[in-house]
Amino acid sequence: MSFESFAEFIDMGGHGLYVWLSYAIALVVIVSNIVNPLMHKRQIFIEQARRLRREKPKS
Amino acid sequence: MADKKWMPRWFYQLASPRWCYDITGKLLPFFAIAAVVMLVAGAVWALVFAPADYQQGNSFRIIYIHVPASILAQSCYMLMAVAGAIGLIWKMKVADMVAKSCAPIGATIAILSLATGAIWGKPTWGSWWVWDARLTSMLILFFLYLGIIALNSAIENAQTAAQSTAVLALVGLVNIPIIKYSVDWWNTLHQPATFTLTERPAMPSEMWVPLLVMVIGFYCFFAVAMMLRLRNEIIQRERRSSWVRDLITG
Amino acid sequence: MKDTVPNQPANNEMASEYKVDGPFLGALKRDLLLSYRRKSDLVNPLIFFLMVATLFPLGVSPDPGFLAEVAPGVVWVAALLATLLSMDSLFRSDFEDGTLEQMLLSPQPLYMVVLAKVLAHWMLTGLPLTLLAPLLGVMLFLPADGMSGLVISLLLGTPTLSLVGAIGAALTVGLRKGGVLISLLVLPLYIPVLIFGSAAVQGAVTGLPLGGYFAILGAMLSLGLVMAPLAIGAALRISVSG
Repeated sequence: MSFESFAEFIDMGGHGLYVWLSYAIALVVIVSNIVNPLMHKRQIFIEQARRLRREKPKS
Repeated sequence: MADKKWMPRWFYQLASPRWCYDITGKLLPFFAIAAVVMLVAGAVWALVFAPADYQQGNSFRIIYIHVPASILAQSCYMLMAVAGAIGLIWKMKVADMVAKSCAPIGATIAILSLATGAIWGKPTWGSWWVWDARLTSMLILFFLYLGIIALNSAIENAQTAAQSTAVLALVGLVNIPIIKYSVDWWNTLHQPATFTLTERPAMPSEMWVPLLVMVIGFYCFFAVAMMLRLRNEIIQRERRSSWVRDLITG
Repeated sequence: MKDTVPNQPANNEMASEYKVDGPFLGALKRDLLLSYRRKSDLVNPLIFFLMVATLFPLGVSPDPGFLAEVAPGVVWVAALLATLLSMDSLFRSDFEDGTLEQMLLSPQPLYMVVLAKVLAHWMLTGLPLTLLAPLLGVMLFLPADGMSGLVISLLLGTPTLSLVGAIGAALTVGLRKGGVLISLLVLPLYIPVLIFGSAAVQGAVTGLPLGGYFAILGAMLSLGLVMAPLAIGAALRISVSG
């Protein structure tokens, strides 16, 4: 542990803004890179399922 | 076809989109768990347990994002160029799809590296942007990614787009060392002996072990993101085949 | 037996009468002739070059001291943009009238044909730019010592620009709006040439030895001469077949 208290941990020796901003951006980039393809996949599945329903007449 | 036995069997299996879809489906959970564990452990270690730098204080902790992102952005370009070359030489569709999946991830990782570098520059140099050699090289790498994405989206035919971007990626790969060298040289010419962000004398192990964990975590994250995109790409291109139809209806 | 061999010139005299150039010279002559007939394409990049250099004193400051300081960079950036501007037309007309397809189908080595086309392009843009550069240098108060460095660095650097730019032109030749895209693809690749080119001029102004700069520019040119035609050829095949 290199911090005495939680407040000190947030403050980061006066550099809190920079450190937390960096980690926040990293989190956004990582999460968006995972969520984006997952949402895209759902969209593809919905689209393709719709296409299959359309092409196959009711039996 | 069977006369070339010098390549291992998995190399040919990799060429089959379906096999590739199945195997990435099996590998995904492992990489996802590894990525989460490594990134969370690395971040906690970096933020809480790693000692502050005696010169830069706590702003030094940005290194645990900046360096892995920079390494990953460069590796991603290598992978993209190599996959593109494999696609060009062996006409392997999956390799083309890998190359295509790499570009957007690499671009965002390059942005992350640039953003953290700029943020780090503020407490270190007192300004949000400094024409530091590493940052400038990363900016140019980002431009190369943008060019590849722009070319890929400008060409409608998927195969032509894949081949064209592969050629461009290979040209870029040849150029990257030249760009890096010339930017380094230009930097020493214009600002002699400035304090560079990441070039440090021997780092104590309590500092570099979490860094190593973060680097491996970033690689695992990249594997997950790439496989997710690759699987989407496979489904989209193979949507007329029976196995994808079964996958969607079943 | 000898008389029945088909496709053999009847005698040497006739063969020499219908002398056919090799693929390199043939393509070079053809491109030079075609450009000569469309003179406006020839002059436009030069006017652009001149105009960009005029904008700097107007936009920033007409102070001679300041201009002399930025002149090497300004002339190089202007030359780079002017080269880029002319790049789009390199393969465009050949692609549209089908000549390019014939070139790819012909048994001639593509490497030579491509190299000739790039050389022709350089002779019509890079070379005039180089010759015009001292005028810009005077307009921007570049010290007289810098002139030799400027001309030689442009002479060594602009062929590399043409070679690298041709890769971008070949990749985008099949697209309707290739112009802006080329800049996006090619500009990052131009950076090393820009760095060493303008540094050579700066070095010439301050009286440093220039051998090193010219050696590096020459090395880039030789690398480009060997590698770029291969990439251009591959890119053309992809663009035309797609």
